[in-house]
Amino acid sequence: MSNKEEKWFRFGKGLSQKRVRGLTIASFILPLLIWSAISYLPVWKPEVQIVEAGDTIYFEEGDRVDRETFQLENENLTTEGDLPMLGKRVNPVYFPAPHEVAGALYSAFVTEPRREGDPWFHESVAHSVRVVFWGFIISSIIGVPLGIMCGVFSFFSKLIEPFVEFFRYFPAPVFGALAVAILGINDAPKVAIIFIGTFFQQVLVIANTTRTVDFSLVEAAQTLGAKPGCLLFRVVIPAVLPKLYMDMRILLGWAWTYLIVAEVVGTSTGISWFINQQAKYRMFDNVYAAILVLGFIGLGTDMILGAIGRELFAWEEGKRSFFSRMFNKNKPVAVEA
Amino acid sequence: MMDIPNKLNLPSYKEQSAEVKERLDFIKRQPVVLEIDNLVKEFPTEEGVRRILDQVSFKVHRREFLSIIGPSGCGKSTLIRMLACLEDITDGLILLDTYPVGEPGADRGMVFQKYTLFPWLTVKKNVMFGLEVANKSKFDAEREALQWLDIVGLEPYADLFPAQLSGGMQQRVAIARALANKPKVLLMDEPFGALDAQTRAKMQAYLLQIREKIDITIIFITHDLDEAVYLSDRVLVLEANPGRVQEIVEVPVERPRSPEQFLSPEFLTTKIHLEELIHPSAEESKDDFKVVKMVATEEV
Ligand SMILES: Nc1ncnc2c1ncn2[C@@H]1O[C@H](COP(=O)(O)OP(=O)(O)O)[C@@H](O)[C@H]1O
Ligand SMILES: [Mg+2]
Repeated sequence: MSNKEEKWFRFGKGLSQKRVRGLTIASFILPLLIWSAISYLPVWKPEVQIVEAGDTIYFEEGDRVDRETFQLENENLTTEGDLPMLGKRVNPVYFPAPHEVAGALYSAFVTEPRREGDPWFHESVAHSVRVVFWGFIISSIIGVPLGIMCGVFSFFSKLIEPFVEFFRYFPAPVFGALAVAILGINDAPKVAIIFIGTFFQQVLVIANTTRTVDFSLVEAAQTLGAKPGCLLFRVVIPAVLPKLYMDMRILLGWAWTYLIVAEVVGTSTGISWFINQQAKYRMFDNVYAAILVLGFIGLGTDMILGAIGRELFAWEEGKRSFFSRMFNKNKPVAVEA
Repeated sequence: MMDIPNKLNLPSYKEQSAEVKERLDFIKRQPVVLEIDNLVKEFPTEEGVRRILDQVSFKVHRREFLSIIGPSGCGKSTLIRMLACLEDITDGLILLDTYPVGEPGADRGMVFQKYTLFPWLTVKKNVMFGLEVANKSKFDAEREALQWLDIVGLEPYADLFPAQLSGGMQQRVAIARALANKPKVLLMDEPFGALDAQTRAKMQAYLLQIREKIDITIIFITHDLDEAVYLSDRVLVLEANPGRVQEIVEVPVERPRSPEQFLSPEFLTTKIHLEELIHPSAEESKDDFKVVKMVATEEV
């Protein structure tokens, strides 16, 4: 620690751990503050919610009306000698306050579905996760090996990549109707949309990543007697693994973004169904809660995968993973010899 | 530079002491490990085929230390990569123990200028790589790997990852890894080129020590003349455009070698001779001067 005041803005330089943590928290606090300000302070509030209806025949207690309509109606009422309405300034219904959404985050999970046989919220969430999971897994089972082969052998690269390159420009949703016609109305067409949205990008991304493997490692292995099969499994794949893992995290994010499209294919299901349903009932706090849940699942998964990745690929920074530290203790520290 | 030998009264680089003569004769009586016969390398370029190596022939005997020097871009790396079969042969023959080589193999170990340890394996596992590829049992592989690490003085670092080691240590592991396969010849392409001068000197000492301890034939590429003279029995000078063998110089410096020899007359005279072969400075600058004069007169 130096006594000198650390600068906040330094071209291309990092910041201290403490500041990084602070900024990370701030990046979430800031939007929350803006949201709270708009919700709780009289900055916007374009509508009026009626508290007492008075003598009006047009509105009831609890209705939300434009400020202009409210004033106009009240003028009419007073000129005719009737009792005016009482109201409070509010934001539109589609802009719930933080505490309402926070409440909905809990209540959405424990509120019984409106109609018998409809899924609970947690069932909808599980359904969404399942669709993304299978779409991504099936895509990866084929896409990862294919991508690696394309990256290693020109033969596969030239045979497969031109078409994949072409196909990836079809937006996955355009296959919705086809997928339903072929695969029926259950989850299969939804998984197929996630698959189509992920697979073609995946092959290209992984092929490119594989091509970045330092070829001198392969040559070194050759001069140690390694034959092609061994080069693939013991050199190329371990060498590409950290970057490939990173790619997979990004691709999983893309798969998530296809979820909402996939879920409205055929019969609407999952979180999208829930969101549409709640919007119909004008329960916008629940809509926000559902959107937040999507975000939490996405960010949470990525953070967990990131932490696992740092363990798995500790060797990149010359660190030992937690497990190897557990098994062999007291290792020497590197000094110049 | 040309008149330095006169001033210092240096002997000819061809004068050899009894020790040197006896050792070089002994080497020459050893079996030929590697025979390179009229090797040609051509690369296709935009302006047609370019010949990088032309009719390169030489022999390397068992336990010999042969350095290859030459101006940069003359094809040294291409040549050594051809010996390792990392580069196709356009024409000519490479015989290893009298058999033509066809594909890369553990019988020609290689150490590159770039650090090529596998970063996901510990130092020990790196050295075990070739042994495991050769289907040795894990137990034997581990035992031998530790022995080799001991020879390069890095046994205590066996469980560290390459990223934890300095450049010099990484290259020593790379040497151990190549030697663990018991290659017939060790090919080294500027292995110390990326190291600082101090580490480089240490590495040269290590290499001499290792060579004393084990029976190994080494082909060593360098652009550092001191290094070439200090380490080698013979130095092959490669000419550029196209790469041809210009001369194979027998080093008249006695073994065992030590840093004091850098200033010995036989060391200096050899180095000066090599310098002249690589940079025929006097004639070249004369040529340049002529060209300049021509251009100047034309302009007037
Ligand atoms: N794959 C290649 N294709 C075309 N030219 C090449 C290739 N590899 C090397 N060369 C050329 O061959 C010459 C010799 O290169 P190299 O063997 O690396 O020289 P050195 O190691 O002596 O500095 C250089 O001029 C280089 O441009
Ligand atoms: Mg080179």
